[in-house]
Amino acid sequence: MDFGFRLAPSSAINLDEVDLELYRKAALLEPDIRICMACGSCSATCTASPYSGMSVRKVILCLQRGRKAEAASMLRNCMLCGKCTMVCPRGINTRHLILSICRVYDDGEGGK
Amino acid sequence: MIYQGKQKIWSDYQKDMPEDGWFYARSCIRQNFFPASEKYFLTICRDVLGKDIIDNEHHTTCGGISYHSDTIPQETAMTIVARQFSIMTECGCRNIVPSCITSFGNYTEILETWREFPELEARIREMLWKSCRREFEKPEYVAHASDLMYKWRNEIAERARYRLVDKETGEPIRVVEHIGCHYSKMFPHKGIGGAEYPCVLSGMINSWGGEMVDYPERRHCCGFGFRQYLVKANRGYSISNTHKKFESMEPYHPDMIITNCPGCPYFLDRWQYVIAEMEGRTYGRDGFGIPVFTYEEVAGLVMGYDPWDLGLQLHQVAVEPLLDKIGVEYDPKAKYLGLNRKDIMKPELPKGLRCF
Repeated sequence: MDFGFRLAPSSAINLDEVDLELYRKAALLEPDIRICMACGSCSATCTASPYSGMSVRKVILCLQRGRKAEAASMLRNCMLCGKCTMVCPRGINTRHLILSICRVYDDGEGGK
Repeated sequence: MIYQGKQKIWSDYQKDMPEDGWFYARSCIRQNFFPASEKYFLTICRDVLGKDIIDNEHHTTCGGISYHSDTIPQETAMTIVARQFSIMTECGCRNIVPSCITSFGNYTEILETWREFPELEARIREMLWKSCRREFEKPEYVAHASDLMYKWRNEIAERARYRLVDKETGEPIRVVEHIGCHYSKMFPHKGIGGAEYPCVLSGMINSWGGEMVDYPERRHCCGFGFRQYLVKANRGYSISNTHKKFESMEPYHPDMIITNCPGCPYFLDRWQYVIAEMEGRTYGRDGFGIPVFTYEEVAGLVMGYDPWDLGLQLHQVAVEPLLDKIGVEYDPKAKYLGLNRKDIMKPELPKGLRCF
C-alpha cells in the first residue's frame, strides 16, 4: 500500500555482528588507536577535511563499526601533512596511525 | 561506594510530591486517541483512592502542540499557560498535574524561563490581564499524571483484581516501557529517576507484577516528533524512528508496551499497522502486533475495569491475546458495541496485521 511516504533503512549498528578484524589488526600495529577519545581536534585542523571529508576521528569510528569502505574512501584524501599529530591531546602519532591503517588495507583487507 | 552515599545520590533523582491540592490539566489530543485514559485517571486516583484532584471544564489546550509545531510563538503559549494557572488559582489549587507529557514539558519550560527572566513573566501577566482580565499564582509544584500514579502505585496494587502475570505459567508479563521525550529529557531533574534512570513506568510495572524488559533503543524517540509527523513529506522520518524501536525490541519478545505520553502510544500502535502493510512485518506472536497501553489503561486493567470501558477497542493492535494471557474477563462480542450495547457497526480490519 502506498501511504505517500516510505521507511528509511535503519542506521542501527549491531556490534555483535560487525567485522572488527581490520580494527584489531590496526590496533596490533598501532595500540594508540585505543586511547583516542574522539575529541575531533585532528578533524578540526585537517587541511583536507573541508574539501574531502577526511577525518581521522571518523576513520577510527568507521573501523570500530566495521565500515571499511567508508574508512578507505576517507583515507585516500589524507596528504600526510601531520598537523593532526601536532594537536592530538592524547599524544597519538596520528600520521603514523594513518600509515599503519593503510598498511593493513594494503595487506589485502578490502575497501581498496 | 558506601550505602549512605548511594542513598544520597538516588534521593536526588526522586520527587517529593504533595499529597493534595492538585489541578488536573487535560490533554488536547489524548481524549481523541485514548478517550478513557483521562477519565480512569480521575476514577482511580480521585474516586477510588480518594485523592484531592480538581477537574475543571474551563481550561484549554496548553498550546504546547502548536509551540512545538512552530505555529505559535512562545509568548502565546505562555499566555495560554498563564490562563490555565489563573483557573487553577480560582479553583483553590496549589499544584498542577498535566495529563500530557508535552504539557508537563511546556509548563516546566515556561516556569523555568520566568525564573530566569522575571521581566518576561511580568509581560505575560500584563498580556493576560489585557486579553481576559485574569490574574494568577504560579503553581507550587508541577507533576505529570504518571508521577502521581507512580506515587500511589502500591495503593493501586493493594486494590488490584489482576496482576501482570501469565495465568497459565505464573511468569510475569514481559513489558517494555516508553517514556515521552518531554518528560525528563528537557529538564532531567524534574522526572522521577531523571534522564538517566527514569523509573516512573518501570516502578508501576514492578508493583503490579510485571517484568521490565530492557532493549537497546529503549530511550529512542517514538517517532512522533511533531513536524516529523505533521508535515506529510517528513512522515518517513517518523515511521523510520518507530520501525527502529520495534526492530530493537522484537528479539526480547515483549508482551506489551506501556507509555506515558499522548503521541507515543498512538504512533507505536498505529505505525504497526502501516509497517505491516508496507513490509508485511509484524512484531507480536502469530501475526499479531505488540499491544500498546497508556499507564491509566494498565492501571484500569489491573483494577478489573472492563477492557471496552477502558477504550481498548480503539487500539489498532489487538489486545485480546494479552487479556487472555493475564486472564482478564471480557466479552468479545461487546468489543465494537456502543453505549448501552448499541450496534455502531464494525470497522474494516487490516489484512497485514492480524486482528480478532
